[in-house]
Amino acid sequence: MKLTLKVWRQKSASDKGRMESYTLDNVSGHMSFLEMMDVLNEQLISERKEPVAFDHDCREGICGMCSMHINGEPHGPDRGVTTCQLHMRKFNDGDTIYIEPFRAKGFPVIKDLVVDRSAFDRIQHAGGFISVNTSGNTQDANAIPVPKHDADKAFDAATCIGCGACVAACKNASAMLFVSAKVSQFALLPQGKVEAKRRVLNMVEQMDKEGFGNCTNTGACEVECPKGISLENIARMNREYLKASLSSE
Amino acid sequence: MSTLDAKIPEGPIKDKWTHHKNKINVVNPANKRLIDVIVVGTGLAGGSASASLAELGYNVKAFCFQDSPRRAHSIAAQGGINAAKNYQNDGDSVYRLFYDTVKGGDYRAREANVYRLAEVSENIINQCVAQGVPFAREYGGLLDNRSFGGVLVSRTFYAKGQTGQQLLLGAYSAMNRQIGKGKIKMYNRHEMLELVVVDGKARGIIARNLVTGEIERHSAHAVVIASGGYGNVFFLSTNAMRSNVTAAWRIHKKGAYFANPCYTQIHPTCIPRSGDYQSKLTLMSESLRNDGRIWVPKNIEDVKAIRAGQLKPTEIAEENRDYYLVRRYPAFGNLVPRDVASRAAKERCDAGYGVNETGEAVYLDFSSAIKRYGKEKATVMGENNPSDARVSELGEGVVEAKYGNLFQMYEKITDDNPYKTPMKIYPAVHYTMGGIWVDYNLMTTIPGCYATGEANFSDHGANRLGASALMQGLADGYFVLPYTIGDFLSNDIRTGPISSESAEFDEAEKSVKDRIQALMNIKGNKSVDHFHKRLGKVMWDNVGMTRNEQGLKEAIAEIRQIREEFHSSVSIPGEANELNPELEKALRVADFLELGELFACDALHRSESCGGHFREESAEEDGPQKGEAKRDDENFAYVAAWEWTGDPGKANLHKEELTFNDIELKQRSYK
Repeated sequence: MKLTLKVWRQKSASDKGRMESYTLDNVSGHMSFLEMMDVLNEQLISERKEPVAFDHDCREGICGMCSMHINGEPHGPDRGVTTCQLHMRKFNDGDTIYIEPFRAKGFPVIKDLVVDRSAFDRIQHAGGFISVNTSGNTQDANAIPVPKHDADKAFDAATCIGCGACVAACKNASAMLFVSAKVSQFALLPQGKVEAKRRVLNMVEQMDKEGFGNCTNTGACEVECPKGISLENIARMNREYLKASLSSE
Repeated sequence: MSTLDAKIPEGPIKDKWTHHKNKINVVNPANKRLIDVIVVGTGLAGGSASASLAELGYNVKAFCFQDSPRRAHSIAAQGGINAAKNYQNDGDSVYRLFYDTVKGGDYRAREANVYRLAEVSENIINQCVAQGVPFAREYGGLLDNRSFGGVLVSRTFYAKGQTGQQLLLGAYSAMNRQIGKGKIKMYNRHEMLELVVVDGKARGIIARNLVTGEIERHSAHAVVIASGGYGNVFFLSTNAMRSNVTAAWRIHKKGAYFANPCYTQIHPTCIPRSGDYQSKLTLMSESLRNDGRIWVPKNIEDVKAIRAGQLKPTEIAEENRDYYLVRRYPAFGNLVPRDVASRAAKERCDAGYGVNETGEAVYLDFSSAIKRYGKEKATVMGENNPSDARVSELGEGVVEAKYGNLFQMYEKITDDNPYKTPMKIYPAVHYTMGGIWVDYNLMTTIPGCYATGEANFSDHGANRLGASALMQGLADGYFVLPYTIGDFLSNDIRTGPISSESAEFDEAEKSVKDRIQALMNIKGNKSVDHFHKRLGKVMWDNVGMTRNEQGLKEAIAEIRQIREEFHSSVSIPGEANELNPELEKALRVADFLELGELFACDALHRSESCGGHFREESAEEDGPQKGEAKRDDENFAYVAAWEWTGDPGKANLHKEELTFNDIELKQRSYK
């Protein structure tokens, strides 16, 4: 395949940034998108130009580090995958591909395609945990049976990889899908119920502080989420939030 | 050469840890507030250690090169975590887990450490459940288990194919709680580039802020290295792209001995290579071997027809398939340990039976599991005489529930549907059992410097069993280090804050700046990856699944050559004082180029075969075990711990003799 790439280049956080155009020959359909970017970077280095900076690590769709906006969609045109698992067979010879960083007020650009997602960590610091110290003998792991259905639902919510595609996809740059996934995981498990009220109030407060927008139920986040996190979680978080706001401590 | 003292406590093996904990020095809670600990790495070992140390009251500074601690590579572990809970009533026990792990490691692990690991394994599951880790459950609401390679019981706890992710998110949540309280100061996007030793003790690190390029000094009373393994010395591996040896190598060069560097795990079930542009290999969890059957065609004509695209694997009749693991190892079949399964695949492919264009792939087939589950499900649903199509439909549903995300991942990468046609798999580098030498307290040969998780060498011997890496990472971080570190820190309650304005810090900072400047000044004409790929090819060809004297000697010469070229002709664009991924890579590859040589030297010196280390010169020549690995307990029942002397090819060998009081040394047979 021969491709034209329009890539966002931005030297630093304070730089204005611009799109630059590159052409690549001999792209194989078996390459992952990031392997294609590696080839581009090798080409740039051989031309003594600066390679494109992008975040990546595990390259198997689980670490959540990669974060590219490809042809207007976070993680590109395929469904249920991160950028590192998007394969070039999804594109055609002669295509022009637009590659930008995730764009949101809560995710400032650091350089080129690298953004700062530490806001997600701060939301977790506010309540994304169960307050249990390390002891190993709290009680036996099988002491509290959890209905399989609840355990599976909690697991589904817990598969969120924190990549931020939901925010990047949302016209309001809302982080509701991300926050609700963590709130749901704990709300569905008996261990999490004790602190449920405090958790949802604190996490939502921090989410608002970080400058993420509100949810208007357009559902773009669910469509673009590489792990298929369901909108149901947002509904659950809203219920939890309402319940926590209306009842006394 | 000297003999190393592992400081193993006296007494019967089952009492060692309890007695040791009772006798160890403890720091009182008020004094813990006066003590700082640096933890490098936030995977299962580092994340759990950071959280637990902070809960105890120490001031923790945690470092990771990713943008968040949640992204450490433990997250990619798929299959599960072992624990001797015996929930399945199949006769499991602490002793059995200990025995399996020592045997699986081919009798090259330290007995006392492994027993402790098995002992605390139960606590790990309790702790994780309390944290809200959503393990798989049965309909009764209790925890589910599955079995893994090399053992005869079901002791593996799992969360679909994402166990590592869920456990790491558990440790991350425990960290978050402490970060929120200010007990952990988190340094994201920072990479440790040097250890600072003051008066013979580890007292800090030099780190590079990867966003600004700034070189920073961080002091503490102790330093914990939990930076993972070094499988990326092979370039292509299942490790994350940025996993590296730098933190471990830096402490090695400051005096920490590096143990058994040649012990590498080559995992049997990975997606085969597809081309030269390939950047990494993807693992398919070993849990798939519970239900998948591994085979190649019996007849070479069928192999040729498959490669030519004229025949499909589903068209080959049962009697024309060679289920070579079942044939060679009837007792364990498809569930032999990883090293055995990998070499068996290589044997078939070397004999010409590989089933893809490169000749390096075997089948992993789920068709009979789909049929079996489909029939069971139909019975449960009261459907008598279901059609074949209905059985497949039901069976695929069951398989999807167990392995759905793995099947999806396979299909996305290869464009083949594994429900309908067998997966193609081939071995790939996955884990390194070798690592920094530590004593029973997990302290390295530098006082105050600890190594935990994959970064140390202690628990897996020459081969690691499946679902044991997660167990070790969390055992070290939650249940071992928080106790043992007190023994050292109890001497520091009156020390006061460690100053970072000392000659030692000046010198360490200067050495880092000089190293970076030297690399930036080369301004050569080849990319970092160019050298990394060359190193990886030498490692895979000569220091990979099987090794021999001549190949190893060639590898050592070639690695030295590549290293020289790297330092004279590497090209690093951009500046040192900005986000510069090429500079990051160059610093890591420079260390890999030194480690690679030590690795090959270690493999050369160990002329026996053991576990993942297979020397062609040391195989059984006849009898029922013909062709299998031949261990040499008389000459090699020791840990090889290497001391840096200024040249990786001239490291000093120190031995820790391994004694086995509670397990009889036997040939490892899975037949």
